[in-house]
Amino acid sequence: MATFGSFALLIALALAAYNLLAGTIALRLIATGQPARISPERLADTARRAGIAGFVAITGAAFALVWSVFTNDFSITYILEHSNRALPAPYKFAALWSGQEGSLLLWAWLLGIYGFVLRLTHKTDVKLYAYAGTILAGVQVFFLAVVNFAAPPFALMKGAIPDDGNGLNPLLQYPEMVIHPPMLYLGYVGFTVPFAFALGALMMRYPGEKWIKITRGWTMVTWLFLTVGIFLGMHWAYAVLGWGGYWGWDPVENASFMPWLTGTAFLHSVMMQEKKGMMKSWNVWLIFTTFLLTLLGTLLTRAGLVSSVHAFAQSSIGTWFTVFMGVVLAVCIFTYILQRAHLKSDHHLESLVSRESSFLFNNLVLLAACFVILWGTLFPILSEYVQGNKVTVGPPFYNRVAVPIGIFLLFLTGVGPLLPWRATSLRAIRRNFVVPSIALWGTVIVGLAVGIQPWKNGVFDTGNFYALVAFAMSAGVLAAILSEFLRGAGVISRQTGRNLFTAMYLLIRRNTRRYGGYIIHIGVVIVVVGLAGAAFNRSQESELALHDKLAIGPYTLECVGFTQDSNPNYNSEYALLDVYKGGTKQFQMSPEKRVYLASDQPQTMVAIHSVPGWDLYVVYEGSNPDTGQPIIKAFLNPLVSWIWAGVVIIVFGTFVALVPSLTPSTAALRVPATRTVPAEPVLKGGD
Amino acid sequence: MSAPKRLNYCIKSLQALALAATVCFSLGVSDSGSRFNDLNHRLMCTCGCAQVLGECDHAGCPGRGQEFADLNKAIASGATDDQILTSFAAKYGATVLAAPTTKGFDLVAWIAPFAVFAAALLGTILLVRRWSVGRSQAAQAAGSSAVDPEMNALREKVRRETGSGSDGGF
Repeated sequence: MATFGSFALLIALALAAYNLLAGTIALRLIATGQPARISPERLADTARRAGIAGFVAITGAAFALVWSVFTNDFSITYILEHSNRALPAPYKFAALWSGQEGSLLLWAWLLGIYGFVLRLTHKTDVKLYAYAGTILAGVQVFFLAVVNFAAPPFALMKGAIPDDGNGLNPLLQYPEMVIHPPMLYLGYVGFTVPFAFALGALMMRYPGEKWIKITRGWTMVTWLFLTVGIFLGMHWAYAVLGWGGYWGWDPVENASFMPWLTGTAFLHSVMMQEKKGMMKSWNVWLIFTTFLLTLLGTLLTRAGLVSSVHAFAQSSIGTWFTVFMGVVLAVCIFTYILQRAHLKSDHHLESLVSRESSFLFNNLVLLAACFVILWGTLFPILSEYVQGNKVTVGPPFYNRVAVPIGIFLLFLTGVGPLLPWRATSLRAIRRNFVVPSIALWGTVIVGLAVGIQPWKNGVFDTGNFYALVAFAMSAGVLAAILSEFLRGAGVISRQTGRNLFTAMYLLIRRNTRRYGGYIIHIGVVIVVVGLAGAAFNRSQESELALHDKLAIGPYTLECVGFTQDSNPNYNSEYALLDVYKGGTKQFQMSPEKRVYLASDQPQTMVAIHSVPGWDLYVVYEGSNPDTGQPIIKAFLNPLVSWIWAGVVIIVFGTFVALVPSLTPSTAALRVPATRTVPAEPVLKGGD
Repeated sequence: MSAPKRLNYCIKSLQALALAATVCFSLGVSDSGSRFNDLNHRLMCTCGCAQVLGECDHAGCPGRGQEFADLNKAIASGATDDQILTSFAAKYGATVLAAPTTKGFDLVAWIAPFAVFAAALLGTILLVRRWSVGRSQAAQAAGSSAVDPEMNALREKVRRETGSGSDGGF
């Protein structure tokens, strides 16, 4: 199977190279109109077919690796290092991306899938798709060259073949790890598609903004994958790393967050180009930057440039990625300089206080957040270069710098939809902002009254202050969005005579994109509320003998036993804890510590009891070597479940935004000619 | 409502809010462990786990116990936060601090993000203002050469009807 896999990868590389070369020649011939022996259209079609065949070859290689894992073929070094016989079947799939070589193969395969779909749907716009397909082939050549020459997944063992493998990293033996990396990679890799379309459209001086409409679905689906991937990673970190949190501002986490921020900025600003013909250069650079950041993320993760708590697969492929990033950047700059006249805006902003400028400021803040994270991630390297010693840039830095920017972004999320296009008046601002302002200040007063105090003992408490501001802003934004829904639904209800809920459904169906966007914003607000809850986290740690108790918040934990267990994959020890609330036993928790046999590495299995108000999070830290008694650390983490609920809403909103609208909303809501035309539009974006 | 009355109303509202905030802030309770908790979240664990000291969760961690002991001792000695952090950096190296200091080159880490953001914000505001001024001047120039009331009314109608942004986007 190793030979089959290796040959499949070589064939895939040859096909991708042909796709790139033939595609480039064909497009050049078409662009210049030069006569040629073979019709350029036919040459371009052979390039497209080579791309499809390349996907089949990469699929063969991926299948070969999975097959080798399942058949315990330890003659392959990669399988030896990332699997073992006792590894449960789902985690054998996870072995495909648990190491460097496998995860690069996964990248190439996912790019192959995207390319396959793109090439099958080429009739939408043959020429644009030919450009995009050729650019994708260029990216594919790079990844296939890496897996063929720098990090081959089918490299064979030298010497005697061991009976069993070293096993999968224990941190990865968790259900979410079977879906988190593929989701994240689908997001990372997916941004290659809008990048290819943007670069292709720029190269061919594509007329109009149709390419944006074509790529919208691709971009949103990619963004959704990245979003889900990031949140699955957060949930994994929360449930597995055992420190009570879900986001540690680790370089690897930052690497996934940066393209998400620029991708989100692109999704917003691209609407300006679609509707007003503005921000064309900006959008092109946003998608270029997003793609480059996905490469940078991989470089940071794989090359060991920065120390990370969970960079699982480090090696020396950094040079490959650095050179490729340089090439991509050079191509982007060259194409932009050559074709920048094509990107001249049709309109300019007319007012600082308008929907357009809110999009611009939203972009600015998202990019500022991205810069902060990039700066924080790379500062240790810069510091070492300038001062000769590394420094740590950890959570305190990001909490102070990134959180205020995040809150400003939340503010814009609420304000943006309330502003009308082009320009606004003080009257309109007053009218639209009354309800959100009442919600905001009401929340501040309630928050202060229930004890969220920015000052404690005369000392300013940053955590409480940010939490209070975040809660208040969230209330304001929610009020703004809900008032938009109610206003629109009210109009439909009056026009059609239907009840408010049916009217709201119709409203969403008639403009899925707009109201799907609002639903996503609601999800973001719910996530922010959950994140703000972290300011009130509490923890207690204690060594518990039998029937000893540990109190935290409303709960009392009583140790009723600690025991051991084993299976072919790991040995475990765990505590049995009865949990009481108000003197009554509520449930039992059993936090666990495992030691995986193949790797001889320990792993925490956290016990979590989740209710809407908080999570009771209990960690078995091990046993005291002197007394043999378990050491238990319990956390009470408020509002964590809101984060996961918010993600579900975001996913739902994205699906809504992807569904085509039932009828054009303006046509559906057109007032009959016999009736008096209202002084203002019925579906208001604020004015 | 006249302008002075409105102003008076706004001032009274702000005074009421300030009073409510003062009352609520004064309800604070004492937390003796907060300084220890705050400081252990400004330090890194030195065992190599890349976690903040206060969040390191390894039983029998070789670094955590010693650092906690040092921290307790330093707090008991009456040292200020800065003195404690400096002594940790001297003992364990600069990487024990969870964030750059505000001295020397480290200060750049704190200043750069805000400086870049402020510069970008200012640049954007100036650019938009330039565009809007340029547009109004162009409109004035066009308006003085040819004024067609019927066309203006039509333009205003179009502006009103397309101003809702109901077709896509939000």
